[in-house]
Amino acid sequence: MSEEQVITKKPKGDAESQDGWKPKIIGFVCNWCTYAGADLAGSSRLKYPPNLRVVRVPCSGRINPQFILKAFQQGFDGVLVSGCHPGDCHYAKGNYYARRRIMLLQKILEYMGIEPERFHFDWISAAEGQKFAEVVERFTEQVKTVGPFKGVAG
Amino acid sequence: MARVGVFVCWCGSNIAKTVDVEKVAQAVSKLPHVVYSTHYKYMCSEPGQSLIKQAIEEHRLNRIVVASCSPRLHEPTFQRCIGEAGLNPYMFEMANIREQCSWVHDDKEAATKKAIDLTAMAVEKVIRNEPLTSKEIPITKRALVIGGGVAGIQAALDIADAGYPVTLVERTPSIGGRMAQYDKTFPTLDCAACILTPKMVDCASHPNINIMTYSEVENVSGFVGNFDVTIRRRARSVDMSKCTGCGVCYEKCPVKVPSEFECGLGQRRAIYVPFPQAVPNVPVIDREKCRKFTEDKCGACQKLCPTGAIDYEQQDELITEKFGAIVVATGFDVWDPSAYGNLGYGRYPDVITSLQFERLINASGPTEGKLVRPSDHKPPKNVVFISCIGSRDEEHGYPYCSKVCCMYNAKHALLLKEKVHDAQAYVFYMDIRANGKGYEEFVRRAIEKYGAVYLRGRVSRVFQVGDKLIVRGADTLAGKPVEIEADMVVLAAAMEAQPDAKEVARKLGISTDEYNWFSEAHPKLRPVEVLTAGVYLAGACQYPKDIPDSVAQASGAASKVVGLFAKPNLLSEPTVAEVDESTCAGCLLCKEVCPFSAIEPKVIYDKAGNPIKTVASVNEGLCHGCGTCVAGCRSASIQLKGYKDAQILAEVDTLAFASEDLTAEVSKA
Repeated sequence: MSEEQVITKKPKGDAESQDGWKPKIIGFVCNWCTYAGADLAGSSRLKYPPNLRVVRVPCSGRINPQFILKAFQQGFDGVLVSGCHPGDCHYAKGNYYARRRIMLLQKILEYMGIEPERFHFDWISAAEGQKFAEVVERFTEQVKTVGPFKGVAG
Repeated sequence: MARVGVFVCWCGSNIAKTVDVEKVAQAVSKLPHVVYSTHYKYMCSEPGQSLIKQAIEEHRLNRIVVASCSPRLHEPTFQRCIGEAGLNPYMFEMANIREQCSWVHDDKEAATKKAIDLTAMAVEKVIRNEPLTSKEIPITKRALVIGGGVAGIQAALDIADAGYPVTLVERTPSIGGRMAQYDKTFPTLDCAACILTPKMVDCASHPNINIMTYSEVENVSGFVGNFDVTIRRRARSVDMSKCTGCGVCYEKCPVKVPSEFECGLGQRRAIYVPFPQAVPNVPVIDREKCRKFTEDKCGACQKLCPTGAIDYEQQDELITEKFGAIVVATGFDVWDPSAYGNLGYGRYPDVITSLQFERLINASGPTEGKLVRPSDHKPPKNVVFISCIGSRDEEHGYPYCSKVCCMYNAKHALLLKEKVHDAQAYVFYMDIRANGKGYEEFVRRAIEKYGAVYLRGRVSRVFQVGDKLIVRGADTLAGKPVEIEADMVVLAAAMEAQPDAKEVARKLGISTDEYNWFSEAHPKLRPVEVLTAGVYLAGACQYPKDIPDSVAQASGAASKVVGLFAKPNLLSEPTVAEVDESTCAGCLLCKEVCPFSAIEPKVIYDKAGNPIKTVASVNEGLCHGCGTCVAGCRSASIQLKGYKDAQILAEVDTLAFASEDLTAEVSKA
């Protein structure tokens, strides 16, 4: 018996809705905490839906709100942003600036008619592999509830 | 013209089992500018690296993408590899298809699709990469060691012996740490003082070591090779240059308080040295207890000091010094076992912790090594030792194993018999973990030669009847309850992180795990480094360790420091911010948000010397490359090298369509 056959559990592919739609999700994460947390999720062999693609930036402070708007423009159904916990930023306070920008951006997204369910901002440390997997799992489910992103109306 | 080479790694079966590596290599080969694309079993191995170098030459590649593990693991490896082949190391990108793909997904189709996306993203980024060069930064060849326990002492001695100056900062009045409190050490039964105190003296007399006790690190800034550290030297109230250590002051001091060093079993005075072999042998005044400070009375020590060393007016001093490297050896704390209400710690005086037991059998302890019960000062006959108090017990304490308790329980069982010949030791244990050189043999010796009774099981209750402590527990091997009439109960309390570990970690840029132990850079391959370059770990601040492990790690940390100092210069990270002066309007919003004050205004003049405008200017020595300024710039005039807007936006564009487009392309062909 091959190794594949031994595994009786059905492998988990992309999370998809009943009609076969698979949400496309992009993540912008900082190198020092969340990216390392995502690596830890990997070395701990935790499982989460493969819908997410991660873009690595040095610090959440590097995340230009334009990146998030661009992602929606390109048809992503959800955007995840995560950095170091407050007080833990590798660059002392980059994440505080990120937090302020994101708070403003969330208002703009709302104004533009983009459902708040499509955007998630979190703090995930290098030690929180488990949290990373959970956040991705939960966020993917959340994006599924609002269906495919059809662009901004108007 | 960009000529990209893509190398997809199988990582044995780690990637190849879940990701169709061949398909990934084939799909990305369809991207413009990709002139070579292949896959191989182990890209990081010698043949894998040769493959890359060979392809660079044969196909005149000028940009490389490796799709394999996390860049946090092997980016430097491959950058070095392509550097050796003559490319600029920054003409390189890595796609993380192991930690963030094959290891977290098990559906091969979805994982392969994701791997194609991630690899295509790296290709699009690398096309926009530019060659970057590092600058040389001088190194301050002076080390700071924080914590004067055995790990700190060992690290300081090793660095100093290599010829570099070391400052050893210790919070308490003396160096020596926990080991100074121990009686004998397992498994050799060396007397702890006999092997530690000579090292303490070596430290004090070493020409390259400057010991600062009763001092704490207040603030750390700067970066590897150039840390600026502010140290607070707390007011000792004793002039160190005048004190001869005669001891008249603490003999005559009328105020007695419980001694921290004796774990509350003995007393010290308000002016005190924590233990007789203290280094430096200079007392301190505990200002919270001294009557001179609390009531403005007494002053006996000042009157009696033959050298006039007592100085009530002394103030805390702040000292700022430059250091090139920092070794953190701040040690551990002992968990408070009163959380186990059923074991009576804190209620019955004869229920003590193992560290207290250690003081009771120590020749320089409160009883001068005579083992007696704290309650009635009679030698105990039946002593029960209980393992895993707060360790491996998520409900009361911590889920981790404190690693040293099994060994010191065996040691205590053995030493008990040597101190009180007709005594009997009982040890309640969950498992015996004795995995070190000579450790298992040592435990066997305690059981077989010294007759310690080992009972596998937990204790449910300890209560007092008359002058006896009744210990009720279970012997799970015999499958029956046990009741022991004990004279003394010793709890092997867990090791826990120092109460201010989180604060220290924040100052030094160290990440911590969920129990506040300091996190190493890599659990296997970089065990003494942390993610902040130039900061190293030694001893039990990282995780419970015994003395041999702490000393070994301290020497490891020291060798890292010496290795760093042996270089003539450091190379800076070239991923710093740069300003486009032609579009910069000089609003200096970037200056406002920069966490490192790396941005200054700069006036631009025309040929005639008249000022035209003010623009932002980046001090590359101070810039850490976080990019906070870039996201703040209104006109996109400041960019972070290696992470420019154009590069990241290209990544976003690629991720949106790559796998669909490329897969279609492949099937068309």
